[in-house]
Formats: sequence, structure tokens, C-alpha cells
Amino acid sequence: MSRTRTTWRTSRTAGLAALAVTSALILAGCSSSDTKDETSTSGGGTDRGPITFAVGKDTSGALQKQVDAWNAAHPSEKVTLNELPAAADAQLQQLQQNAQVKSTAFSVLGLDVTWTSEFAAHRWIDPIPASTSTSSLLPAAVESAKYRGTLYSVPWQTNGGLLFYRSDLLTAAGIKTPPTTWHEMQADCAKIKAQPQAKKASCYAGQFDKYEGLVVNFSEAVQSSGGHVFDTNGKPTVDTPQAKTALTWMADAFKDGTIPHEDLTYQEENGRQAFQSGKVIFMRNWPYVWDLANKTDGSSKVTGKFNVAPLPGLDSTGSSTLGGYNLAVSSFTKHKTTAHDFITYLTSDRSERANLLAASTAPTRTALYQDPALQKKFPYLAGLKKSLDTAVARPQAVRYGDVSAAIQDAVYPVLSGRTDPATALASLQDKLTQITSQP
Amino acid sequence: MTTHATDRPSRRASANHSGAAAVLRYFGVAVIVVYCLAPFFWMVVSAFRRPSDQFQLSALPRPWSTANFRAVFKPDVGFGRALLNSLVVAGIATIVTLVIGTVAAYALARLEFRFKNLVAAVIIAISMFPPISIVVPLLKLFTDIKWINTYQAMIVPSLSFALPLAVWYLTSFFRQLPAELEQAAMIDGCTRGQAFRKVILPLAAPGVFTTAIITFIAAWNDFIIALSMVNKKDMQTATVAISRFTGAYGFDQPYGTQMAAGVVVTVPLVLAVLAFQRRIVSGLTAGGLK
Amino acid sequence: MTTSAPAAAPPHAKPAPKRGIRRAHRGEGRLAAFLLSPTLLVLALVIGYPLVSALRESLYQRGEGLDANGFVISGEHFVGLRNYIDAFTGANGSRFWNAFGNTTFFTITTVALETVIGLAMALIMHHALRGRAFLRASILVPWAVPTAVSGLLWRWIFDANGIANNLLGQQILWSADGWPAKWAVVIADTWKTAPFIGLLTLAGLQLIPAELHEAARVDGANAWTQFRKITLPLIKPALLVAVLFRLLDVLRMFDLPYLLVGNQKYSVQTLSVLAFNEANNLHYGPASAYATLLFLYVVIVAYAFVKILGADLLAGARTRTPARRRRSATRPLAGKGTPA
Repeated sequence: MSRTRTTWRTSRTAGLAALAVTSALILAGCSSSDTKDETSTSGGGTDRGPITFAVGKDTSGALQKQVDAWNAAHPSEKVTLNELPAAADAQLQQLQQNAQVKSTAFSVLGLDVTWTSEFAAHRWIDPIPASTSTSSLLPAAVESAKYRGTLYSVPWQTNGGLLFYRSDLLTAAGIKTPPTTWHEMQADCAKIKAQPQAKKASCYAGQFDKYEGLVVNFSEAVQSSGGHVFDTNGKPTVDTPQAKTALTWMADAFKDGTIPHEDLTYQEENGRQAFQSGKVIFMRNWPYVWDLANKTDGSSKVTGKFNVAPLPGLDSTGSSTLGGYNLAVSSFTKHKTTAHDFITYLTSDRSERANLLAASTAPTRTALYQDPALQKKFPYLAGLKKSLDTAVARPQAVRYGDVSAAIQDAVYPVLSGRTDPATALASLQDKLTQITSQP
Repeated sequence: MTTHATDRPSRRASANHSGAAAVLRYFGVAVIVVYCLAPFFWMVVSAFRRPSDQFQLSALPRPWSTANFRAVFKPDVGFGRALLNSLVVAGIATIVTLVIGTVAAYALARLEFRFKNLVAAVIIAISMFPPISIVVPLLKLFTDIKWINTYQAMIVPSLSFALPLAVWYLTSFFRQLPAELEQAAMIDGCTRGQAFRKVILPLAAPGVFTTAIITFIAAWNDFIIALSMVNKKDMQTATVAISRFTGAYGFDQPYGTQMAAGVVVTVPLVLAVLAFQRRIVSGLTAGGLK
Repeated sequence: MTTSAPAAAPPHAKPAPKRGIRRAHRGEGRLAAFLLSPTLLVLALVIGYPLVSALRESLYQRGEGLDANGFVISGEHFVGLRNYIDAFTGANGSRFWNAFGNTTFFTITTVALETVIGLAMALIMHHALRGRAFLRASILVPWAVPTAVSGLLWRWIFDANGIANNLLGQQILWSADGWPAKWAVVIADTWKTAPFIGLLTLAGLQLIPAELHEAARVDGANAWTQFRKITLPLIKPALLVAVLFRLLDVLRMFDLPYLLVGNQKYSVQTLSVLAFNEANNLHYGPASAYATLLFLYVVIVAYAFVKILGADLLAGARTRTPARRRRSATRPLAGKGTPA
């Protein structure tokens, strides 16, 4: 009793201080949004000087090289690379924290494609000046960089899902072309598994652990059966026959063993592990698997024995969900002109080509996919372009974290056989409507 | 199951020194060592595989490779500097915790004053608030007082996490020691401070030393505060540097490299504790106990 | 606060009966205030402000609505206890109670296991004759591995195709949402922190003079009697402090469920993870309410623990305890005067 009493008592003075600080912050909040409007109207001013770039991954050191090159050319507008943790959750947390305290620590932000709306709606990032052209960028990626029709970030790196398949097993079973529909895929599996060398293999693997990857895979299934998780007005549309077909297919595939039971714990790397050790015939994954599964050092059992195709769908080829990173300018930073210039530099043809060459990062510039030299070096590039052309960005929800959690909560129990698709989707529809409708 | 197998022999061993008891005692030691080291063994083995072999399940790496360790110490990672930062932060946090924790514990254990149980309660109540919930307010505070990217922004929170344990544990320790010892020393002409330093502290050496280890490791392992309060690369600590390891492609997890880094931060720590413990404990307890 | 604390008259303080003692105590009080002030200062700086601001935050809501242009309406409004009521009932109620249940489950299982294993570790370390240094080093290892790294290590050990399933010859989906996930967390946490209890208890063991056991042995006491009558009472203070701090830590468990299993899996979602998720989705009010409720829960558990088990534990904080009185019976002034 008495213990808590002192805690309160000692806290009371601190409480006053806290109130003072908070009200100061609120004031600061108002004034900072005022200044923001000023800078956005006076877009091309001379607000130049040193800036920072906060981003999660410099996987190959290529980024540091680009930053060094920029710094050599712009000695008075030097850029410092602020690396964030590798895990996307931790990146988001760092960026949110710094935005909340209106920190000037980060100037240019590397945002996952799903974060743009949240950051724009909270006025944590500035709109991109209208002078920035997006015509030579992938349309789906540009969609992910907008909030309510205004461009708030510039697509920098992109990603699309691919169907990796064991070409050797397909050929051995007399199958000439990879499947384009789910039923073809299952029929192919039956043929392949009739052969002794593939008897124990599972048919298909995706990312069905309860995390963001599940949202990606679920959205892809819905799109691939002709539906959408959200319509073009941002209204949820999961209580539809298409979505039900998609989720039923997923649940049935788990039930009949098309997808191995353990896929309930699979993220990208687990799927790659299963594929590389020859345990699955078809796998949905990102292009990064290509290089690793083709290693000739003995770590992969499928080197040279696989190929990629667009994801299969219900009646024809399916549609991928878009991944990747967009670049935005923090509302709280100084030297915004430099920041915008730096984004233009990083999203240039030359920088994106360097990223592709150094780290196999898929570019957002469409022209690079047609480059014969690059196509030769990255044989999956053409397939990836096909996948990206039909790719759909994830919903641009301000409360994307809630949207993602709701989808995971609805889909995961269905896959593990604890709920049926119809019930799950009906309640998901309600939940998503509640999250996205504004008071 | 481990417990039954292990604590029984030790007790029996202290009662009689028969061969069977000795065997049981060694069995107990073996069980504990296996229990503690088996997962660590897996960590070391994973660290010595080639990065592309990270899914292997063989008991020993095939082939062995130091590629993961080389990746840890790649110049652009700055891991050496990060280790140094960790050492500074954890070292200072430990020393300060010991100094101010010891005097606070002494006051609680030996002095008579009002509100004593209240003070003790407040000190421990402080360590009942979930640390993840203080990060944002603390970031606000440190931004306001311009502590971002400083050592003290990492040291002071570490202190606050370690102090409650240090104070409570040392208090219980000091209370265990008979007050007559100090009184005798004070009768011999020592001041209160001298009596404490020359009589109590050496006797409490195992406790002080254990507190130091626990504090150091806790500060050394802190992640969330070090991550949030520092955004400059040359100020990052080792755990933060580990979180920034990435695979070559983004989605691939550099599991082996992270395990190698884990080995790099753990082994020297354990060795240092061993080396120090002999010296400090033997130095302090010389002529004291036993 | 330290200076003001002794000045204000506490409602429960009982007057010291003898004037001389009171004067002596006043001097000691000043010294105590001086010695305690650095500790209290640090705690007030780091925890005081965040604690108050979290408490305040839990009574407000902000950042929830959008204006016509799609921007989040800035500012916040007072909602009283609504965040708390929402936590117990309504849509979030089941999540809160689930997290509460998990937190309780983890606390009971891991602390029980860790106490038994830690105590065994301490006894074996204390009695080991050869290889003691090696033993100590091994015990230090799990505690010294950074949690972030050990979370990852266990994640791969418990992978569907990992070494655990390989050795067991089973296909247990440890990281799927379900009971195996709970056990994975319990195993990993016990591994990491049993040494914490072991080390703290060992230091307590080292205080026991060897002659005590020698004397008991001569008196014909068997090992179990010696343990119960000599060892256990003497290490009890150290052991109880160790267990108490483990309780406080486990109740706030965050990293392991998050890293090992995943933050969206309800079977391992603790109150800390719940608070973290809410904050990450920018629901600061509910997040602070969860954190405050967790804080209260920890306070209650710690209070109960001290009350039920710990008559000796607060010995240092009590004005006078039987143990102290017994031991300092020879001292002329102490022992009488202040009430127990």
C-alpha cells in the first residue's frame, strides 16, 4: 500500500514536468506542420546541406559506394548512411519512434511499400515535388508510393513473387511447360510423385507462417482467382466468392497434403531450405532464391535443376503481390532540397542498375528489364517482369499494421483447420471495414 | 529431470566420500555442463559452417569455414568499434552500479532510518515497468536534453535496469554478515567507512563479484535502448551491430554470421569473468573467510 | 525526493520509544539519505518520467481519426478509463486475457524450473572439486549469450526441419501457434536464465563457513538434514532475491516469444508483446494501458511473494527483524527499542 503511495507522490512533481514537456510537444507539432506546408509549396528552393539516409539494408555495400560517389560530387551536401536493423519490424519501429519525437536525425527514409500511407497520413513525410516523373517506373510500384492520389515517395526497389519449379522432375514426368493454374500444378505433382525419385517430395510451398508473408500469399491467392482484398476505393472485398475460392483452395491444399503441414511455420528461408534440399516440387518465393539455390558449392541439391514461371492462378496465370522499398523525405528534416535530389539520384537508371548487379535487387525502372546484357546475367528477369506487370500493391491503409494483423488472424486458423473459410472471411470483412472506415 | 539427477549426488557427496557418491557427483557436473553447453555447441557449429550450408544438420561443419567470422569483422560492419562501445557502456555501467548500489545497499542493511521499507519498495517497484514501454518517452527526454548518440544515453538506462537488483541483492548479502565484525573494527578505531571497506566488503566479495557479472552481462546484452538512443554507426554497440547483419540479398537471413557474432561476444566475456574471478575473489577474500 | 521523504511524517511510522535512539537514528537517516540519493536519482531520471508519461498516455487517445483530406487528426483527447475498460472487455478483452494467461503460465513454469535447476547448479558448483572453473564457465555461457542471438539460435533449433525435430525423430511444429510454441519458449528461457539463479545462489553458498557443515556432520546429521537445516536457511535471502527478480523479469517477458515464435501468435503473446504490438500500430493509449496493467500485476505478484515467502527477504528494509535481533543480541543498543 504505502509503497505505491510514495510512487505516486514522487511522481506527481515529475508529472507536472511531463505535462509541460508534452504540451510543448503539441505546440511544436502545430508549428512543424505549418513549416511543412511552406516547404512543400516552395518545393525547389535552396534548402541544401548535409543530410542522412535511414534504410535497413545495404546488403552488398553497393549503397555505401553510391553514397560515396554522391558525397564526392556534392561536398557541401554530404549524405550519411544510417543503417537500420535488418528486420522490417525493427526498421518500422525506429522510423516511427523518430517521427513521434519529431527528430531531425533521419532525412531520407527507406520505406517498405506498405508503410507509405501511414507515414503520409501522419504528416511524417513530405509529398514528392510534382516535377518528379514516374512514367518510366513500374505502375504497380508507383501505386504503392502514393497516398490518396498524391505521390509521397519514389519507388526504389521492387519485388515480385515467382513460381520456382523443378524443371528436371517436370521433364522426367513428360511435362513440357510449367503449370499456369493450381489444378494443373496439382495434376503435375501427381504425375511427378508417381516417379520413384520424387515419391517423398511435397507439391507446393509458400510463406504460410503467421507473419506478413501470409498476407502476401493470401492476397496473391485472392488476386489469382480474380478477386481483390481491397477494391480501388480502398474498401475491403474479402467476403466474395473469389476470396472464398482462394482460401478454400489454400485450406484444401493443406488438408490433402499438396502443401506440407510444416509450411505453417515457413517463412522465405524455410521454403528455400525445403526447395534446396529437394523436398518440394513447386515453391512460391522471391527472386533472391535463384542465386542461392544455384550455388555449386554443394549446399544446394537442385543446382541447375529448376526454373521460374509466373505464379499459377485459378483459371489462368496468377498475380503477385508487390514487395520492395520506396524513398521518402522526412517532414522534420532540414535540407529537403538536397534530400529530394538524393532520391532522384538513387532512383536513377544508373544507380538501380548498380543495385541489380551488386545485390540482385529488382529495379523499378522498366527499361532495365529489357536490357539484353542484364537479361543474360539474370535469367529470371523476363519472368519477373511478367510477374510485376500483373502485380498488385498491398492495400494503402493508414492502419496497415491492423489490416495485416486482421488478415493473419483470419487466415491462419483456416489453414490449420480450426475454422472454415466462409466464417473466417465474413468476420474478416467486418474487421477490415471497421479498421479502414474513418470516424 | 535434470534437477533430480543433479542435486541429490551433491548432497550425498558432502555426507560421505564413497566412490559411488563421487561418481554421482561427476555425473551431476556432466549433466549441468551438457545442459548449458549443448545449445551453445550448436551455435559454434553453425558459426563454423559455410554461409550457404546454414541449413545443415550434421554434428560438425562439413566443410569447416571461417567465412562467417570474416563476415563479422568485415571493415564496413565496424564490429570492432561496436565491441569497444559495448565494453565502454557495460564497463562504466557496472562500475557505477557497484559503487552507488553498494552504498545504497549498505544504508538499507545497516542504518536505521524511517521509510526504509518504502525506499526499498520504490527501488524494486521501478524495475517492474515493462522496459519496452519506456523507450519512446525516454527517447523524447534524451532528444530534448541532447543525449542522442552519446554513451550516457545508453549507460544511464542500463544503470536503472541493474540498480534494483544490485541494491536488493547486496542488501541481503550485507544483512547476512554479522554486525559484530564491524563493531569490533569500529571499537579498534576504524571509522564506519573504513569498517565497511576493510571488513564487510571483502567478506561480501562473492556477492559483489556476482552482482558485477550480472550487471555487466545485462548491460552488454541491452538492445532496445542502445538501438533507439543511437543512430550513428561509430556509436553503435555490438548487439545493435548484430541486428544490422544482412544476407547478400535481403531475404536471406545471415544466420551463420549472427551465430558467429554471438560466439565473438560471448566467449571473451566468459573467459574474462574466469580470469577476473580468480584474482578478485582470491585477492579480496585472502585472510577473510575459511 | 530523498530529502523530503524523511521529513514528512508517515502515517504508519511508529515513534521510537527512546529519545537517545531517535537522535542516533536522525544522524543515520541523514547518512542514509546521502547514500541512497544517487540510486534514487538515477531511477527517477530514467524511469520516473517515462512512467508518468505512460500513465498519462493511458488516459488519452490520439492519432485515431482522419480528416477530410486523409490526414490523421493531430492532438489528443482525454478518454478517462476507456482504454482500461476496453482492455478488459469488448473487442480487445479476449486478447488481453489471453496475454494475461500466457504471462502467468510462463511465469509459473519458467520460474519453478529455473529455481530448481539453478539451485542444483549452485550446489553442484559449490561441491565440485575438480573442473570448477570449467563448470562455472559453462554455466555462465547461456546467460552471457545476447538474448537476440539466443532467440535466433533457438528459432533454428526448433525449426520444422531443425536439429530438435531431427534428434527427437518427430515433426513437431514448434513455431506454429499452439502448445509446442509455449514449451519452446519455456525451454529457451529456462536454459538462458537458470544460470542467473545459479550464480546468485552460489555466492550465497560461499558465505557459509565450512565449519558449519563439519560440525553438523560430526553431530551425525545426514546430507538432507544438513541441506534443510543449514544450507537452505543460509542461502534463502540470496535465493529469494534471485527468484524475485526472475519473477519480475519473466512477467515482462518480451524478446523470446517475439524472436522465437513471432509476435502475432496468440499462444505465446505476453502482455509485453501485446503492449509492443499496440504501440507499433500507433495505438498509444491502449499500449500504455496494457503496460500500466502489467505494471500493476507485477507489483501485486512481487508484493505477494515478499509477504508470503519473504519475511527474511525484506530484512534489509525492515526496521528490525527477528533474525537481526537474534544475531545482534550482544549489541547494547540495537535489538530493543524499535518494534519489529
